[in-house]
Formats: sequence, C-alpha cells, structure tokens
Amino acid sequence: MTKQSLYKGKAWRFGDDIDTDAIIPARYLTTSDPDELAGHCMEDADPDFQSKVSAGDIIVGGKNFGCGSSREHAPIAIKAAKVSCVIASSFARIFYRNAFNMGLPIFESPEASAGIRTGDELEVDPAEGIIRNLTRGVEFRAEPYPPFMVDLIQSGGLIPYLLKEVS
Amino acid sequence: MAMTITQKILAAHAGLDSVHPGEIIMAEVDLALGNDITAPIAISILREKGIQRVFDRDRIALVPDHFAPNKDIASAEQCRQMREFARDFDITHYFELGEMGIEHALLPEKGLVLPGDLVVGADSHTCTYGALGAFSMGVGSTDLAGAMISGKAWFKVPTSIKFVFSGKLRPWVGGKDLILYTIGRIGVDGALYRSMEFTGETIDSLPMADRLAMCNMAIEAGAKNGIITPDGITEEYVKGRASREYTLYSSDPGARYDEVHEYDASAIDLQVAFPHLPENSRPVGEARGVSIDQVVVGSCTNGRLEDLRQAGEVLRGHRVARGVRMIVIPATPLIYRQAMDEGLFEIFLDAGAVISTPTCGPCLGGHMGILAEGERAVATTNRNFVGRMGHPKSEVYLSGPAVAAASAVVGSIASPEDL
Repeated sequence: MTKQSLYKGKAWRFGDDIDTDAIIPARYLTTSDPDELAGHCMEDADPDFQSKVSAGDIIVGGKNFGCGSSREHAPIAIKAAKVSCVIASSFARIFYRNAFNMGLPIFESPEASAGIRTGDELEVDPAEGIIRNLTRGVEFRAEPYPPFMVDLIQSGGLIPYLLKEVS
Repeated sequence: MAMTITQKILAAHAGLDSVHPGEIIMAEVDLALGNDITAPIAISILREKGIQRVFDRDRIALVPDHFAPNKDIASAEQCRQMREFARDFDITHYFELGEMGIEHALLPEKGLVLPGDLVVGADSHTCTYGALGAFSMGVGSTDLAGAMISGKAWFKVPTSIKFVFSGKLRPWVGGKDLILYTIGRIGVDGALYRSMEFTGETIDSLPMADRLAMCNMAIEAGAKNGIITPDGITEEYVKGRASREYTLYSSDPGARYDEVHEYDASAIDLQVAFPHLPENSRPVGEARGVSIDQVVVGSCTNGRLEDLRQAGEVLRGHRVARGVRMIVIPATPLIYRQAMDEGLFEIFLDAGAVISTPTCGPCLGGHMGILAEGERAVATTNRNFVGRMGHPKSEVYLSGPAVAAASAVVGSIASPEDL
C-alpha cells in the first residue's frame, strides 16, 4: 500500500446508535449532490454541527454508528463536510460497507470511542491503525482492515475492482 | 462442515461446497434492486463509467416507491433518471406508477424473489425476503452499481443467532409484535453483522405476511439478514407466482449458532416501541393513554392485505377520534384492488380515514403525512428514530395494525380490547 497520510483534527463526540436519519435526514434525499448534503450533515443529532465543524475534524461515535437506512448519502454527506474519518466502537453493517465503497476512512475501536471527548485533538495513522488522543496523551489501536478491504482500497474502490474482474 | 441456511445459500451462489463464518466471498446475485433514492447514484456511476449494458436486464428491479408519486420537482428529476435508465438499458422489471408498489411487498407478490435466491437491494429493508427462504440484504448504491454491472457482490459469511418461538399467539398478536419483542430483548445492535434465523412451532404456522414483517425488521437489530426455513406455507405463497426454478434450503442439524434464544410466544402481548429506537418495545398496556395526532397503517413492514384486514376488523363500525388523522397505505396496486373489492375501503372511509396510493411516503418523512413539531404518531412502519416522520421534535410509536387502528379510534394508544 502506498504511504497514507495522517488524519489530524478535532473530535466531535456523538452517542450510541447514531442513525442515518440523524446523519442526513430523508427530507434532503431529493438530491445526491455532495455539497448540498454536506450542508445538512448530522443536522438532527446536532443542528449547529455545520457551523462548528472544520476541515479535517473527526466524528467519534459510540456503538452501532450509522444504523438504519442503506442511504449512501450518509457517508457522502460526512465526506463532503470535510470530516477526515469516523471512529466508533462499532458500525452498522451497511454503513461500514458504504464507507469503504465511498472511500470514507472508518476505524472501529471501543477503547478510542470511550477515551475521546468533544474538542480533543486527535491524530490517526491509518496504515498502523493507531489513534492518538493528543489532548489526553493516550493511544488506541483500531481493528485492522480485513485483507479483502485492503485490496478493494488499492483498486480504488468497488467499481474499479469489479470492472477489472469483468474485463 | 454443517452450515446454516444462510451459509448454504451463500456457498451455492459462490460456487463453493462450503463456507465458514468470516470468509469473504464473491457471489452471483439472482436479483439486484434499487429505488428512487438509491438507484440514481448507482445509475450515475454506470453513466460516468460509460457502461453500455447491465449483467442481465431481467435480474434488475427498479421501483420508484419512496418519493413517488413525485412529491416535488427534485424527486421528479430522480424518478425521471430511473425511467430513462430503464428505457435505455431495456430493464424488464421497472415499475411505472400504476404498477409500482412498495418494493418489499411488490417483488415477492410478483414472484421476482424466490426461495434459495441471493438478492441485494439498495434499501436496508431488503432483508424482508428471508421470509421466503432467500438470502437477501441491504447494500448501498455503489454495491448496487457493482451488481448491475457484474451480477456479483462480495459477502462476509455471517454467523447466526437462532430464535425459537413456541406456543400459540394471543388474539391480534402477529409477526410485528414478535419482532418488536425480539428487538426489545436483544437491542438495536443485538444481531450486528449476523444472521437472525426464526424457528419454532409458532413460526411453522405463521402466515407469510407475518413472516415478511418479521424478516423485514431484522435490520433494526443490526442483522445482515433475517431468514425462515421455507415450508408448505412458503410453497403455497410462491405457487402461481414463480416463473423459474427455485431451491429450498434448510440449516444442517449440526449447524453452529452464536446464540439461541427461546421465547414463549403465548406470553407475548401486543407490542409498542416507544421513541426513538425500535428496541424500546413494551406491552401495549404500558403505552395506553399516550395521546396521538396521527395513525399510519402501511409500509414494507405492514402494508399487506392481511394488515389492512386486521385494521379493518378493528375499525369496523367505529370512527377515528376527533383530532386524529388516519392514513391507510395499501402497499401495492394489487393489495389496493383486493382491499377495495373486499369492502375494506368502505370501512376505512366510513371511519374517517384516508386511503393513499402505494408509497413509502410518511415512513421516512418523505410525504403523505409529515408530522409537525411536537406531534405524535402511531405507525405500523419500522423506524421511530428522531425526525423519522417529520419534525425532529415529533415522535413515532411503532406497532402492528391492530393497535394502530384501535389507537385511531380511541385517540390515544390503545389495544383492540379497549374498544
């Protein structure tokens, strides 16, 4: 794998079971334009999120992050809001799949999820799977990606991977 | 190695003799499904990549059910994108208004999903088809695009949890109550990444509409799929609908389960899930008296003829309470016609309810019954997340059709026994 850069930003901590209706409410699903979706990212979980978040910031969830609908608009909205990655103690399975397919980096770590508060400065090393809480001076290890996911990412996502197979 | 029904279907579609939990496989899909929210993203991918043809024009279903009939200009554009794609790529199973129904009621009704199938759908409630003994799961739009191009998708073979229900159901109690009860016990991530297999004597005699409602909500426990071993009830349902061969799979006697939960179904009361998670289910008695503004009977969970019959039976001879709006949404045109022919429309109209054309509509806060700030609804739908049916400060209580109809009459959450 080519050398991946670090993700560095401020943490925004949300609770357990953040559903895709909270990430991007269905009333905005009449478009799939990333910038429009970004304007409503996390709106029903925190109406002010848009005005507070900065490029590179990191969303931190509890268990079952991204539960609910299969809408790919959820990872699209998070990515377009310039959030660099998402950390959670667990992810709902369709969101997990979609995030990989969309190229939104996600990291599963119950310890990191428990050890991060809103405002903490974080640094994530995706190649090593290490999450550093710079504010509190602690380090966490994320679940490594399964080898298949690494292949998928190296191919440039699901579609290039499948096109290679088809041809 | 002994396998579960889910593992067997995955192995068969990957051309393997056996699979083991955690293994990632590439498998062939029998059907790929998209709707008017998720298909446009997949279609854009195919257009951008210059794809000229899909893997099989007979094995793709496109159903504009979420915001159709078009609720506004933006949704009209999304539906047009689907319509033009279906025309350009000569997609057999595109359902225009008039034929369109809620996808997870429509596809089984049309015999497009059969026992033993492997189905992916860009809609989380695709897990519904497990009721037919198929493996089906929700995916995102990129996975749908991949399946439309290649006819394949990747799967991580799941472990399974077995749920054994015994005993005779109480009056009015149905599949919706069983699944709300189950989610209430294990939580909204209780089956995360895993398969839920519903078994036992209660399931053996459970009608297809109830089985579909149960498997439909497997996703609300985080499951990859929900599944029921096909039997005589399944074969009776697919008879006359199937136009191709199908395979009946069942779990091996020695198949391993992560967990086994045994429930006495005869002790399960009518259920109501309080806001804002489906796991907040309690017996209806604990919800009695909660005042409501709206009742919705419909959705991919409970918009089938059997559901409308149950609502009609409760409503017959009663009026919807003053101050309550009741919306009935038959899930498909066929259900609509049957309900009309059976005289159910007369009961609904006499009661003061309105009858909508088939649509997902209010279930996801799309249209046809959005809640204002502070309003409260009882709905036979599947999710009660914050803002799900409208304003972020509105509330949804989930129930089966009998409780929904009784609540409409009383004006607050009620059981049919209260009438």
